[in-house]
Amino acid sequence: MNSAGERLYNGIIKENPTLVLMLGMCPTLAVTTSAINGLGMGLTTMVVLALSNAIISLLRNIIPDKVRIPAFIVIIASFVTVVQMILQAYLPFLYDALGIYIPLIVVNCIILGRAEAYASKNPVIASLFDGIGMGLGFSAALTVIGAVREILGAGEIFGIHFMPASYVPFSIFIMAPGAFFVLACLTAIQNKVKINGEKKGKDMSRIQSGCNSDCASCGESGCGRRFYGAGKEDGQEPKKQEGEVK
Amino acid sequence: MTSTIRDLLIILIGSSLVSNVVLSQFLGLCPFLGVSRKVETAAGMGAAVVFVITLASAVAGVIYRFVLVPLDITYLQTIVFILVIAALVQFVEMVLKKYMQGLYVALGVYLPLITTNCAVLGVALTNVQKNYGILAGIVNGFATAVGFLISIVILAGIREKMEHNDVPQSFQGMPIVLVTAGLMAIAFCGFAGLLRG
Repeated sequence: MNSAGERLYNGIIKENPTLVLMLGMCPTLAVTTSAINGLGMGLTTMVVLALSNAIISLLRNIIPDKVRIPAFIVIIASFVTVVQMILQAYLPFLYDALGIYIPLIVVNCIILGRAEAYASKNPVIASLFDGIGMGLGFSAALTVIGAVREILGAGEIFGIHFMPASYVPFSIFIMAPGAFFVLACLTAIQNKVKINGEKKGKDMSRIQSGCNSDCASCGESGCGRRFYGAGKEDGQEPKKQEGEVK
Repeated sequence: MTSTIRDLLIILIGSSLVSNVVLSQFLGLCPFLGVSRKVETAAGMGAAVVFVITLASAVAGVIYRFVLVPLDITYLQTIVFILVIAALVQFVEMVLKKYMQGLYVALGVYLPLITTNCAVLGVALTNVQKNYGILAGIVNGFATAVGFLISIVILAGIREKMEHNDVPQSFQGMPIVLVTAGLMAIAFCGFAGLLRG
């Protein structure tokens, strides 16, 4: 269950954070104006996710349970800062393209979700590969969404023009509204798969229809709920210790 | 950096309408999609967001200017901001509960939901990035939050009307809400002309 290969498969296919669990939607919509931006964001997130998972797993017996979430956030924020500085120094074009969404990786619910659900309970190597798997799944999904938007919106992919000259790009797709439309189609496909699966009697509860299920914020009171296993309803006060960090 | 009334007005319009926090910057998407089923709750959520973001941008601005800059540790801004915001929301909740029962009843349930909201951290970071002074930062925070309030109330209004519509099975639930949000985003693109000139 904890083998590296199983973790990678779990992250990329079985519990793909974007396409199956529908987590981390804000960066998904914001940076996928082109395939290269999506890939850059995905890989940046992967690095943070893998490293923070590893460190949190190493410290899992030292961090007191009551302050674990603030501790996780500090660890994640430190790695985000490091990655941000590295990008600024060596990949300035990506740094400029992603802008404010790099520091906002801190509040990406995938990272805190994995820390809480997996890394805080499992050994280091498995946690590291869990982070890499989830990160690759996220990168793949972002690259695909970015590619779709780039092809439709600019007639290019990775900056290479390949559509016939007669093709008039729908520039709306690389603008803000296009992100909503692409995500709408994606969730519709997901719904379809879920409905078909249920007809055949398969258990489809793994597939989340995203933030719709009355969840109110991407953190622990929200889409991350399934990670925390708590059945908190909207509008109820979360437990104090959780509240502290959000 | 001192700002004139004119600068502040430009920030006010720019952040609330032209580059709307949800519809063009995609921050705070989860509460936008999650708590927009009824106009009433959407308005409550919006009001709580206005309150928290305005306060958070003030506090983050003060800390940045008077602690991080003098000590030359501005690179720690992400870590400091997220901790300050988390502590601040917790603190606000306690103060409201103890001293302002009325406001707590109105906003209390929404406060815990806002804390992980990326819009709060987003505004604090934008203020630094754009080199706003403290006053300009507060105005920017307020305007951003008002933009959130406007868009979430409009979306909730549309969703209430849409409840009885005949939507294709696959598009029921989230997909149709996203299509609606996309159409709203197109409408908000129209505000882009406001600040030219």
